[in-house]
Amino acid sequence: MPKLKINDIELEVAPGTSVLQACEQLGIEVPRFCYHDKLSVPANCRMCLVEVEKTPKPQASCALPCGEGMVVKTNTPVVLRARKNVMEMLLINHPLDCPICDQGGECDLQDQAVAYGFDRGRYAEAKRAVKDKELGPLVKTVMTRCIHCTRCVRFADEIAGTPVLGGFGRSEHLEIGTYIEKAVSSELSGNLVDVCPVGALTNKPYAFEARPWELSKTETIDVLDAIGSNIRVDTRGQEVMRILPRLHEDVNEEWISDKTRYACDGLKRQRLDTPYIRGVDGKLKPANWGEAFAAIARQVKGMPGESIAAIAGDLADAEAMFALKQLMQQLKSPNIDCRQDGAQYDSSQRAGYTFNSKISGIEQADVMLLVGTNPRLEASLINARIRKRWLRGGLKVGVIGEQTDLTYPTKYLGANPLVLDEILQGRNAFAELLKNAKNPMIIVGAGALARKDGLFIQYRARKIAETYNMVRDGWNGFNVLQTVASRVAGLDMGFVPAQGGKATHDIIAAAGQGKIGLLYLLGADEIDMSKLGNTFVVYQGHHGDAGASRADVILPGSAYTEKSALYMNTEGRLQSTRRAAFPPGQAKEDWQIIRALSEVLGHALPYDTLAQLRQKMVQAHALFARLDHVEPAPWNNFARDGVLESAPLRSSIANFYQTDVISRASPTMAQCVDAFLKPVAEAAE
Amino acid sequence: MSAPANMNAKQPKTFAFTPANLEKAKWFIAKYPKNREASAVIPLLQLAQAQHDNWLPVAAMDVVAEMLEMPPVRVYEVASFYTMFNRAPVGKFLLQVCTTTPCWLRGSDDIKHVCKSKLGISDGETSKDGMFSMMEVECLGACVNAPMVQINDDYYEDLTGDSFAQICDELAAGKTPSIGSQTGRQGSHPASAKKA
Repeated sequence: MPKLKINDIELEVAPGTSVLQACEQLGIEVPRFCYHDKLSVPANCRMCLVEVEKTPKPQASCALPCGEGMVVKTNTPVVLRARKNVMEMLLINHPLDCPICDQGGECDLQDQAVAYGFDRGRYAEAKRAVKDKELGPLVKTVMTRCIHCTRCVRFADEIAGTPVLGGFGRSEHLEIGTYIEKAVSSELSGNLVDVCPVGALTNKPYAFEARPWELSKTETIDVLDAIGSNIRVDTRGQEVMRILPRLHEDVNEEWISDKTRYACDGLKRQRLDTPYIRGVDGKLKPANWGEAFAAIARQVKGMPGESIAAIAGDLADAEAMFALKQLMQQLKSPNIDCRQDGAQYDSSQRAGYTFNSKISGIEQADVMLLVGTNPRLEASLINARIRKRWLRGGLKVGVIGEQTDLTYPTKYLGANPLVLDEILQGRNAFAELLKNAKNPMIIVGAGALARKDGLFIQYRARKIAETYNMVRDGWNGFNVLQTVASRVAGLDMGFVPAQGGKATHDIIAAAGQGKIGLLYLLGADEIDMSKLGNTFVVYQGHHGDAGASRADVILPGSAYTEKSALYMNTEGRLQSTRRAAFPPGQAKEDWQIIRALSEVLGHALPYDTLAQLRQKMVQAHALFARLDHVEPAPWNNFARDGVLESAPLRSSIANFYQTDVISRASPTMAQCVDAFLKPVAEAAE
Repeated sequence: MSAPANMNAKQPKTFAFTPANLEKAKWFIAKYPKNREASAVIPLLQLAQAQHDNWLPVAAMDVVAEMLEMPPVRVYEVASFYTMFNRAPVGKFLLQVCTTTPCWLRGSDDIKHVCKSKLGISDGETSKDGMFSMMEVECLGACVNAPMVQINDDYYEDLTGDSFAQICDELAAGKTPSIGSQTGRQGSHPASAKKA
């Protein structure tokens, strides 16, 4: 533990701490451009120079490990002058075009030039200009502004695992780019915009849209996958302008996926802003809330509970599902399901459907078995976490499912689910690795569990976990990777068929046979609407997608940026969204709609405010009591044995960019499909 | 120069080492420890360039990247960093004209002038007949006999505009001009010293 003195303050730091990190511990600001605490240290911008006693020249503090007895000064005239000079050099080729630069107002270079630079330029010679690079529909480049910190190169290389960026040429001619023109095809490419300390890489769809000081910032969470990335939503008026990541070391670190970041323009399109009722001519007509509720009440009147059903969709929040579940109980309907993918695995044990090791637990794993999942598409940040673990060395990953590039080497074991039996019985070479592992882990994809034999796959995964010592005190390596935000909360509160009730497939089949009179879709769009027969369909949601176009009554709800609502991520971590804007038109918060409807149906639910609802929810399900907390799930028997089918295991997601109503409505996501997925599909033909 | 290569140049679709060069490449790779194969990137690029008319197409860099199990972009970075790698086609004779201070003081401008007036090429250009390419380079370490030009693998020193023009003529005619000092001095002996 080296002891050193910084600006006359003595401190002791962990071995290997750099001087810059030590300064941060003391709250001393050291300017920097190339240093980023999640990336490797190249020490090439020279902005973080400090004076160290007994060294002849200022030292780059980011790359200088703390030594015993070191005496560091960060505020001497030498340091201040060094910073001024470095700043002047960095600005030599930088176009001072801040007024037309999207980074203006939140630019490290701008801020540090004001804080540490000269008050005027002395450089009167010609500046160089660099041709802009084409990086696809998400990242805009103005390469003349680049100061060659290489953060983007290191991010692509280390975090994203798609090494396509580099520095080409040398000295005056050095340019950052891809050499051969190609779009940066990564699910994390938007983070390049965040790591860039200047305006060289900026958010393309957001170009020239707003200035940072015009925006109101709301700290909330993302619901477009089951990670629950912490985000900040920037709004101007009622319009969501952009989405940025927020630091949460246990969930998304400081990254978000491209869908999380760029699908926000889908929030402005295809919105349901008023209730609709299907008229006698078969066309949907705008209505007011009273008329819409009355239309539903007419249908429900006298209808037996068994012929009413409800399916909760992928973006549904916990409060709305809880209210809907209670309403269905009041109506005596046992037919509810929150798994619109039709999965029928055992949800009686929480450990059986959550990511028990937690996302941060990945960093302790040493052998990992992926079953029917492509984490790169289903949960890009979990994949980045696995890559991070692999980079540290010693991680072995086995894959049963599709053979794809996951950005780290894997051992491909085939797609046949029978491989699970081979591993279970020790007949597969990978079993040996699992046996000798210290912290083995299995990750079962939602795609594997949504199969007809999902219950049996769940059973085998549990058996593998038990056989290979994945579950013990202090370690639970049995993980289910959910792909949608609503699922864990839905299962936690038992939004599944009650005694004698029908699950999703049966509801759809019964609807087709005319045995379901009224089907309530709470944001459920991924079921086959053509098979619903003549059922009266109520769709509550925020986008005009498959559900709304089939519906007989549409109740306009709120998107995740427009309500304060609870979600459980795949770990079982309870997090809350916050309202950043109001829902459009007459749309309302989802729980309020159900509460209002319950009154019209004569079964008024016993709460009038969100706080009362949450209180009731916590009384019924204690898991909803603590925010940002993962309650370790007890390990009990779940699932049962049965005959596996031989159909190959697949991921549940093929098109990363369009998985839900918001991303399907987003023009940016459509551009990504054109730019990234179409060329691959064409090449495969 | 290290300016971006002319990416419009027609790039061959594929590249493969000849069996002899493949053998040599393996010999280079074997010199480095396991998992450090990437260290062989420069010798392999040199081999590839020598085999491919003195320039490196993207396909060749990709082949090298695959052999060394490194991302192609890392190979492009190396190839673009060093001026001795040509990433676009060059003429049969590559004239690397040193223009650093000693050569410049001793008349490298005349040599550039000859390139322009006689061959019709300036920095980064190739003559119409495809015989000569010219590039300005920084110091090649023969300052004692400035000005100098490197043509393919050989140094031509103590040049004047006239002697350089004559060398170009001889090369164009398929002859082999004498290499080294054009005034006949040995090594870096003083110009006034007796000729050997």
